[in-house]
Formats: sequence, C-alpha cells, structure tokens
Amino acid sequence: MSTAWAASPSEILMRAADRASARRRRASRRLVLVAGLAMLAIAIAAILAAPLLVSVSPTAIDALHPLAPPLSPGHLLGTDQFGRDLLARILYGGRIDLAIAFGATGVTLVFGTLVGLVAGYLGGWVDNLLMRIVDLFFAFPFLVLIIAIIAMLGPSDFNMFVAIWITSWVSYARIMRAQAVVAKKQQYVLAARALGYSRIRVMLRHVLPNTASAVIIFSMVDAVGNIILAASLGFLGLGAQPPTPEWGTMISDGQSYILSSWWLATIPGLAIVFVGVAFSLIGDGLADVLRPGDR
Amino acid sequence: MTALLTVSDLRAYLSTGQGVVRAVDGVSFTLGEGEILGVVGESGCGKTLTCRSIVGLMPPGRTHTSGEVIYHPRGDANLLHLRPAELQALRGAHLSMIFQDPMTALNPVRSIGDQLTEAVTAHARLSRSEARSRAVTLLDRVGIAAPARRMRDYPFQFSGGMLQRALIAIALASSPRLLLADEPTTSLDVIIQDQILSLLVGLQRDTGMSMILVSHDLAVITEVCDRVLVMYAGQVVEQGDTASIIGHPRHPYTRALLDALPQAGQPGQLRSIRGAPPSLLQVPAGCRFAPRCRLATDKCLSWQTELIDTTEPGHLARCWRHDEVEGTPACAMDDSASE
Repeated sequence: MSTAWAASPSEILMRAADRASARRRRASRRLVLVAGLAMLAIAIAAILAAPLLVSVSPTAIDALHPLAPPLSPGHLLGTDQFGRDLLARILYGGRIDLAIAFGATGVTLVFGTLVGLVAGYLGGWVDNLLMRIVDLFFAFPFLVLIIAIIAMLGPSDFNMFVAIWITSWVSYARIMRAQAVVAKKQQYVLAARALGYSRIRVMLRHVLPNTASAVIIFSMVDAVGNIILAASLGFLGLGAQPPTPEWGTMISDGQSYILSSWWLATIPGLAIVFVGVAFSLIGDGLADVLRPGDR
Repeated sequence: MTALLTVSDLRAYLSTGQGVVRAVDGVSFTLGEGEILGVVGESGCGKTLTCRSIVGLMPPGRTHTSGEVIYHPRGDANLLHLRPAELQALRGAHLSMIFQDPMTALNPVRSIGDQLTEAVTAHARLSRSEARSRAVTLLDRVGIAAPARRMRDYPFQFSGGMLQRALIAIALASSPRLLLADEPTTSLDVIIQDQILSLLVGLQRDTGMSMILVSHDLAVITEVCDRVLVMYAGQVVEQGDTASIIGHPRHPYTRALLDALPQAGQPGQLRSIRGAPPSLLQVPAGCRFAPRCRLATDKCLSWQTELIDTTEPGHLARCWRHDEVEGTPACAMDDSASE
C-alpha cells in the first residue's frame, strides 16, 4: 500500500524494524527445514558415494580382524563378527533404508492422498466404500499384517516395499478425507464450482492445495516410521537377506555381541537416528513453511 | 426487451432434521437481456436458494427442485433438467455467481493471478501469455491499481473491497450472460459498498449482461435495479419496476420494508417490523404475511394467495387489498429509540 502523505522518520524506522523482525521470524522457521534437508543431503551423498568413500566391499570377509573396535587401522568403524567393514556396511546398507523411506512413503503418500481426497470430496457411497476398506486395514494389527503379506510373498527387499504399499496408504486416506470434508464446505470451493470447474479440477487445484500440508507433514513422520519398520523387518529376518547389509539386520546381528562389542548394534542404530532426525526436522520445518496465510 | 431467463413455479425443498423446508415455494419471474433484477427480502426468505437453484449449486443434503428455469440463449433449455456436465459447461461461461463474503470465496493458498488466470482459461483455449494479459486487463477493469504487480499477491494481502473486486473479475472472466450477485456488498462498509455497486453497474452496462442482485437492503436495490422482486417466506409477494414499487408499494410487506428504512436527518428512530417470518417447515394456509399485517382480515387466513395485477402495468402483488396498502401504515412497527 502506498501512503499519500510523506512518512515521518519514526514511521520509517518502525517499518524497517517490522521488516527485520519478519525476516528473522521467517529465517528461524526456515532454519529447521534447512538443517533437516542438509542432514538428509549428507546422508544421501554419503550413501551414493559409498564406492568412493570406502574401498572394501560390504560383504568382504576379513578373517584376521573379526570384531575390531572402531578406529582400528583400515576399519574406521570397526568390523563385525565376520570381519566385515562396518563403515562399508553402513553406507551400502543405507541404500535399502533410504529407498524404503522414499519409495515406500512416496507411493503410499500419493495413493492414500488421492483416495482420501476422492472419498472426502465426493462423499456418499464412494466415501462409504473407500472408508470401509480403510477400516478393514485398520482392524488388523499393522505389523502382523505386514508380516503376513511378506510371509505370503516370501522375504525380499522388493516384497518389503509391496507390503508397506499395501498397508500404509490407509493413514493418508484417513487424514486427507478428514481435511477434504472440511475443505469442501468452504466458500471458495462453492465459488470454484460456480465457475464451472470440473470436479477433478476443483479437487486437485482447490481442495488439495489447501489440505496437502497435513499429509506432507505426516509423510515425514511416516518416512521415519518406515525406516524403523524396515529395520524391524530386517531384525525379524523378513527384510533384506544376508549377506546384503541393511541397518535393521545389522542391529539384529549385533545384539548378541552387545556386551562385548557394543559398536555392532550401536552404529547402525545411530545411522537410523541420524536419518530419522533429518526427516523429523524436515517435517517440522514444512509444517511451519506450509502454514497458509502466514508466509 | 428479449427474455434471457424465464423462471416459472420454481420450488426448492430441503430436508432437515425437523422436516421438509419449503425454502423456495413457487417463484416465477422473467429476466430480460441486459436487465438488472433486484431480489429483496429478510434473511431466510429464499433469496439465496433461488439463485443457487438456477445455477444448480444446491447445499449438501437431500434437496428437491422443481419447476422451470428456461435459459433462452441455449435453445430454451430447462436448467433444472440439464445433466451435471452440461450445467457445469454453462456455469462460468454463461451463468456466473458472486458471493456474500469475499474473504472466504478465494482460495487462501493460491495467488490472485493464479486463480484469475484459471478462470480465464476455464472456458477458452488461450496461451499462457494471452491468459495472463487478459487476467491483468480484468484486474485493471475492476479498479485494482498496479494490476500486474497485484497478480502475485495472495488473498490475505487484499482488503475486503479489493477481494470483492477480484472476485468480480474472476466471475466475469469468461464474459457470462447472466451474473448472479448474492449479497455482494453485505460484508463491506458503506463507502466500499457504493464503489462495488457502481463497478457492477458499469460492467453490466459495458458488457450488456443481465444481473440478478440479491440483497436484504432495499436501499441498495433501489439504487441499482431496473425491476424488483420482493420475497417473503419463499414466495414472491410483489414484483414490478423499481420506481413503481418504491413509489407505490402494493404489498404490506414491501410497505413495511420501506417504512423500516432509516431516514437521514431523523436520528433516534430505528423501526423494524414486529414479529418474525413464519417457519417454512409448516407453512400456514392463506397469506403468509397475515400474522404480521395490520390489514389482515379473516379472508387473508384462508385466501389461496396469488399474484394480482395492480393498476400499474407489470406491477404484481400477492395481496387482495393491494389498493389500500399505500394509504394506511401496513403493519405494526417496533420503534426502538436509540440515543
């Protein structure tokens, strides 16, 4: 807004102070997001650059140095009971865990969101049908359902994805449906319909942008959950199969040595924590940045 | 004047928890090309639902509409019988609507320019740059300063009056033949209200579109409209030329609305019509205004009401004592002396 009168010096000072504090507020909010993204970027870079960072194969057995502690010569993070380099196993093993975080979460995010959007916006029998299917999934204990699906398909990396795809879209559908039910009663949705926009356009361009923040933020929590799930499945022997490295499997293998060789289980655990914190920070940061009318 | 829209015996019933509400109960009128028709009445008398039935945007829940809404430019089609896809193609392109509260009628997370460009391209094939330049032109046309810069703004950066201007631009993006304005100025202050009304009238004159202006404010209606429809309890109780209705009201309700208008220069006198409109769950027989009317007789309670021709041409009133309305104070008024 331009003012018709000349601004007084104190007014100019106040405006500058307002701008500065708004900038600081935005910056501190962004900082959380940037920190999360930076941590995730470090993790991804390290995992992708694994062949450059370590020269040994994650499955190569060094029979002379089993259970070498961290900082041993040649093995920065030590070795496991077969003498396999822990650093190499962490870096290569992260590929599966991050693939789960993105691949499993991304698919369930998109699919669950669309289901919830359609159910919430269209309502009626479509809503009833879709939500009863969702209820059906919620009626089973989540982990038991996943284990049952993997048991049916046979344990492998890919089947772990499939099991997560089948089971965890339902949370997104529920969250999105609740949001869409509220949003469709808004005046701007009525106004969009009055302009002759198609249902699909109204759903994707008017309801979704106003409601997507909830599922996006949840997806960050879910990504952490999926890494832990992958680790748990690995721990149970249903995920990555030996000798393929995977953080959960590594923790599971290391637990028998927890009293004598703490690093076997602890270091992969710390890797999970690092990535988990990264996703949590991104989730928190997005929650702030995506808040409407407050940018 | 050629007719654009002919509405006959339009009824809109809503199911509620308590029963069926006859929100619109046999409304008929004709709207000419380039005409501005005012619809006036108290809250809850069916003004908004009349509009929403015309464009087929009924509120959620079980509803039933019947009657005829003939839209002449499209082969005399009855809008109530069109398939949803056909009606959707008409909305925006032929029939457009603006709403009461501009603060909530725009999507809060998308920029004004984005939403305006979307409206421009909704019913026309345009390149990105054509659409954008048309959007800027529209914003300029509705009186928003520095339109190209304002395109990037979000709704929360606009004031109420500017939002209503932006909404008018969006509603007119595809050059509709009929604009339904549902209380477009109610949530705005009087100065802005005046600006928006003159903007609407100016746009109507330039484009030659027809307009239905819904308001509970008779002052707004008289300022702008060619003809007026007075609604009470879901029915039209009086219709005619604005001058004729204001000068010679033929229905006690219209007379009461006029008497209730605050007069400048007479402070301390705020008058309202005693009583409230009847519940539309169980509509009484006879004249629906009778319980609040001073002219009411026994005949009014059993009378099969209909719109009767009065002495002026085209001026109809749903009152068999329409000749006496002008002379006598029509109904009990509550005087609230405010200091």
